[in-house]
Amino acid sequence: MHRKTVAELAAALRAGEVSSRELTEALLQRIEQLDPQLNSLITVTREQALAAAERADARLQAGDGGPLTGVPLVHKDIFCTAGVTTTCGSRMLAEFVAPYDATVVERLAAAGAVMLGKANMDEFAMGSSNETSYFGPVRNPWDLDAVPGGSSGGSAAAVAACLVPAATATDTGGSIRQPAALTGVCGLKPTYGRVSRYGMIAFASSLDQGGPIARTAEDLALLLGAMAGFDSRDSTSVDRVVPEYTEGLNRSIKGLRVGVPTQFFGPGLADDVRSRIEAALEVLAGEGAELHEVELPNMELALPAYYVIAPAEASSNLARYDGVRYGHRCAEPQGLEDLYKRTRAEGFGEEVKRRVLVGTYALSAGYYDAYYRKAQQIRRLVAEDFQRVLERVDVIAGPTSPTPAFNIGERVDDPVQMYLSDIYTLAVNLAGLPGLSIPAGFSRGRPVGLQLIGGYFEEARLLNVAHKYQQVTDWHRQVPEGFE
Amino acid sequence: MQWETVIGLEIHVQLATRSKIFSGAATAYGAEPNRQACPIDLGMPGVLPVLNAEVVRMAVKFGLAVGSRITPRSVFARKNYFYPDLPKGYQISQYDLPLVDGGALDIELEGGGSKRIGITRAHLEEDAGKSLHEDFHGMTGVDLNRAGTPLMEIVSEPDMRSPQEAVAYMKKLHALVRYLEICDGNMQEGSFRCDANISVRPRGETRLGTRTELKNLNSFRFVERALNYEIERQIDLIESGGEVVQETRLFDVDQGITRSMRTKEEANDYRYFPEPDLLPLEVDARLIDQVRETLPELPDEKRQRFITEYALPAYDAGVLTATRELADFFESAVSESGGYAKRTANWVMSELLAYLNKDGLELAACPVTPEMLGKLVARIEDETISGRGAKDVFEAMWAGAGEPDEVIAAKGLKQVTDSGAIEALIDEVLTNNPQQIEQYRAGKEKLFGFFVGQVMKASAGKANPQQVNDLLKQKLDGS
Repeated sequence: MHRKTVAELAAALRAGEVSSRELTEALLQRIEQLDPQLNSLITVTREQALAAAERADARLQAGDGGPLTGVPLVHKDIFCTAGVTTTCGSRMLAEFVAPYDATVVERLAAAGAVMLGKANMDEFAMGSSNETSYFGPVRNPWDLDAVPGGSSGGSAAAVAACLVPAATATDTGGSIRQPAALTGVCGLKPTYGRVSRYGMIAFASSLDQGGPIARTAEDLALLLGAMAGFDSRDSTSVDRVVPEYTEGLNRSIKGLRVGVPTQFFGPGLADDVRSRIEAALEVLAGEGAELHEVELPNMELALPAYYVIAPAEASSNLARYDGVRYGHRCAEPQGLEDLYKRTRAEGFGEEVKRRVLVGTYALSAGYYDAYYRKAQQIRRLVAEDFQRVLERVDVIAGPTSPTPAFNIGERVDDPVQMYLSDIYTLAVNLAGLPGLSIPAGFSRGRPVGLQLIGGYFEEARLLNVAHKYQQVTDWHRQVPEGFE
Repeated sequence: MQWETVIGLEIHVQLATRSKIFSGAATAYGAEPNRQACPIDLGMPGVLPVLNAEVVRMAVKFGLAVGSRITPRSVFARKNYFYPDLPKGYQISQYDLPLVDGGALDIELEGGGSKRIGITRAHLEEDAGKSLHEDFHGMTGVDLNRAGTPLMEIVSEPDMRSPQEAVAYMKKLHALVRYLEICDGNMQEGSFRCDANISVRPRGETRLGTRTELKNLNSFRFVERALNYEIERQIDLIESGGEVVQETRLFDVDQGITRSMRTKEEANDYRYFPEPDLLPLEVDARLIDQVRETLPELPDEKRQRFITEYALPAYDAGVLTATRELADFFESAVSESGGYAKRTANWVMSELLAYLNKDGLELAACPVTPEMLGKLVARIEDETISGRGAKDVFEAMWAGAGEPDEVIAAKGLKQVTDSGAIEALIDEVLTNNPQQIEQYRAGKEKLFGFFVGQVMKASAGKANPQQVNDLLKQKLDGS
């Protein structure tokens, strides 16, 4: 049962082959047995989960359940959950309990999904390996010595290990797609504004976007349908009809124009990853897609621009953690400065501090024009590059990450190497476009992800292409040893 | 040396919305600490601001009233600094693209004439909470009820040349925002707050001197006192060979002096950047037209109309239109009086304002209604009562005795206008004072007033003074 996809579980639940309570109990037991190896969850909400499962069963029996009713999932611990701790992977919020649900949590609960717990993550979503979490690193189910990627490493690992069929996640520079690629699952970062950010703890507000992680493109479609839509509580969410994402999944991709940017295949791309991605592109071509070489000339500027904008916004977003109202507070502060200094020195980890410092510097008087303003100009250029290409092709395809999962500890002392892990994903956030990653094979036993990027609000097309790919490949059906 | 003072004001107007600028929490004053602060006001993780549309309408209304350009696409920015009563660690404000751009306000000068004061800009922002340093045994309490209250900061050009002009501008603005019903104007509760930038320079110099910024000027009186003190301080400093330091100074109300708060070097670097949680604020022509239709008659227009429509002196018109409430009171009273504008104006400006002042009452709590005052004026005009008697009636009405006619009847204040009755009183007085008659007729004309007084006294103040005058003259001079 644990290997079933969301779509398969939905059918089984509705057919009465299994109850949500049985499913929930089975997965909770599986979590108890297997998660100690992975550390993918920070909190397991057994009691709430069983209660929610029973409510879902009642709905199913009454015949008013939807495709997610009774389906278990976990939320990245960045989404606020009323009455359940939301840590954001930080000591700062280790005991924080919000009095409200994030819109994503609320919508999935309304659809009848059953939350089993809160997934581990890089602290405040800052990281590409899940090693910056205050709650310890997450291990990759494909190789316990490897990182699962980040920042949504817990969500990705839990889905890859079949602890849950689906998870929520967030993506600021690749935090859904990169861990999905590194753990061999599917992850979708929607268009900026497609999914409400209300109740989703901010890292970099103009880049953050919530989305689903699951094992098939079809499941992503089901989840996105429930998560997406306008929310009056988020002024940046877009008031636009949410299409029926599952409807167009089977459409033929014959004649689909696929842009392959040369900049995604330059130096730094591991040979194995290159060959897997080239093979995947051939599969798409075999389905009738046309491959076109395209140029994204400002790609190489995306990383430095991102590492000005994201830290700048983060330095401001994280100012609220001051020990005054909630969260960690140092013991016996001697005055205001001491309260601020020790609270924040103790509450934040190294990577968070690094980015707060970088961001504060970039916004400082005298440096704003040289850094922040310049970065915003580059951001526009990057977005224009994509726009130009997307006038000629329907989707852009390439690797999600330049290498497969690296080993735990391998890059912790080298932030730049760590940042390069997101070299192909963060430009998509700068442009606000939708992007997804699906499994496309392995490199020495570690998964490789294919990234698809589309035009604004063209999630349905990305899901269609991904689904067609998954109809003729079985990379997404692979389960890591020890988690079958 | 002759010195010239240059003053510019930054006025924070609390907009009179029911809910906060970025959340649905109430803005009412005086609630228990932290009872009017929702997760958004508390800056909790993950919550987001949503702009209150009413705030925008109010700011547009102000902009239209002072002839500003309404920026079609203005931008909110974050002003970053740490303080315990600033929950998010930043204030959402507007920085390089404010909603209201330019404009002007005319003030009346004391020596007559008027002067135009330029308005640089007005922008929207949220208020912070309050830090309470007393009653917490050396700790600081934080009350976030005020956090997120909508403010409009109105920045003037450095166009004022004296504390008097500054106060005149401030009063003018205060009246305007109340006319527009966008601010309750309550200075004690902090609904209307003023900071002043002030510098001095030798007369004739065109460059500006180094300025200081004065904070905590929360009454018209404080503004004048603080500015006067600061002018002297700056002049003394320069004349004794020193230099003015650019700094922020706090006005100490008790000692009447200003004190350095922080110098330019110590000033925060606010690290402004566009607020990514809010889209740029777009105001289209339709909204502007809608708001324009809600604009009331403005103080200057009303003053002009009072001069022409009621034939009032400019001074009266100015006093009566100082607030919308007083102007409305006056107009209702005039209408009730049967159109006797000047007499009504006199009563409003002397009796009514004096009584309000004496009892420390707001017009809204005035025990005498415009209808009552209007009727009283009508009774004077139709000679039912004398002016003297009317003062007694007013006093009684103030004390709650009821409508003017009831008071007049109850107190027997109805004026005697029967010539026969008055003549009888005159005859009596003349009979009793033969000596004075002789003196009067011998040329001591001052005694005429004595006779009038005697007659009035004999009538218990009820005789019509004009009639007494006329009849007495006839009797004394004619016979």
